[in-house]
Amino acid sequence: MLLIGSIALAFYWVPNDADQGFSQRIFYIHVPLAFTAYACFAWGAWKALRLLWKHDNRYDLESYTAIHMGVIFGVLVLATGAIWARISWGVWWSWGEQQLVLFLILFLFYCAYFMLRYSVEPGPRQARMSAVYALFGVVLIPISFMAIRLAENFIHPVVFTRDGPQMAGSMFLVFCLALAGTLALAAALYCVELSGKRLDLRLKELRKAQT
Amino acid sequence: MALRRYALDVAVLVRKDALLELRARETVPAMLLFVLGALVVFQFAIPGDLTDEMQRLVSFGLLWVGIIFTAILGLTRAFAAEREQRLIDALVLAPCDRSAIWLAKTLAVMAFLLLAELIALPAFALFFQAIDGRTVVAVLLANIGIAAVGTVLSAVSAASRTRELLLPLLLIPLVIPVVVGGVGASVADEPIRFFGFLVLYDAVFAIISWSAFEYVVTE
Repeated sequence: MLLIGSIALAFYWVPNDADQGFSQRIFYIHVPLAFTAYACFAWGAWKALRLLWKHDNRYDLESYTAIHMGVIFGVLVLATGAIWARISWGVWWSWGEQQLVLFLILFLFYCAYFMLRYSVEPGPRQARMSAVYALFGVVLIPISFMAIRLAENFIHPVVFTRDGPQMAGSMFLVFCLALAGTLALAAALYCVELSGKRLDLRLKELRKAQT
Repeated sequence: MALRRYALDVAVLVRKDALLELRARETVPAMLLFVLGALVVFQFAIPGDLTDEMQRLVSFGLLWVGIIFTAILGLTRAFAAEREQRLIDALVLAPCDRSAIWLAKTLAVMAFLLLAELIALPAFALFFQAIDGRTVVAVLLANIGIAAVGTVLSAVSAASRTRELLLPLLLIPLVIPVVVGGVGASVADEPIRFFGFLVLYDAVFAIISWSAFEYVVTE
């Protein structure tokens, strides 16, 4: 509901950006998606840490599901970012765009995470290895961000600076709504996916018990 | 006392890796040949009509790609003996801290990588560009980070079904910052920021790898 409301507001209510015009409205989808993806990765890493700490395999599934969600949102970020770049700069991909490059690195990283999961036998060892790799990932995020910032010129329009958000009140309100909407969507998907995966696991155990 | 014991464990394990390599001579010659071959390939990958400045920038980039790939080649073999002879079980059962296994293996990997670079850097200077001190320092700093992260991931991939196939996939996204730092230190005007970045990378990932290794090797 929040999400639909914010999208509607983004299209009909918010004034056009002076600089970029109508296309700037993709901002209300693109940036919340990015924040949500980060939140998913961080949540996955937190669950991974809990797993290594408490030796409870329940956390493995939660961590995996969170990262799964994060990757889906990350792909959406890449897609919306490419569309935005096409409209703003006329190219589908710009290496000057720090956030997009970061998401590309993270996308590579978390695809490797799935490869890792699929190539290790299921069990506590797989859980621990995935957890270690997920922890690497959450450290990689700020490190690569710094690396990209060191390496690239500064092209991306910076909205959040030290003086607080640089946008009009109505724009900020809609942005917050959109962020809350995507976060709620991610949380809902996470719960659905988690219960689905748990059911799946339970079914497998029951089948095994039957034979 | 505890620290001394730890250092002793590490020294014994490093000696084991050095002895294995001296007798079998599998990894280091392969790395040397690979890095030389890569440099020759790069010569043909660079168009000939570049300006000198462009040539400089491109060749340093390729040097770093060569170093990373050579490191990956060496790391795929890092736990080969442990896996094939089931030595890793014995190591895990041994009454030493498991992070000592990681530290020893990291030191061994770093030594192998240094040997490869002892050939690669002069060869690069001969074929492409003169090298100054900052590239050497950057390479030394990068070695620490690559070996630290690579050793953990090598242990992970040794336990997986796909074995050697998995390691490059796991490692490449993680070493992208090293390439950024290394290339920056070689070509940028003020390399000190990039040195700082490499030191930060080394410190952060060495600490995580050191503390996480135990969870990777225990059954």
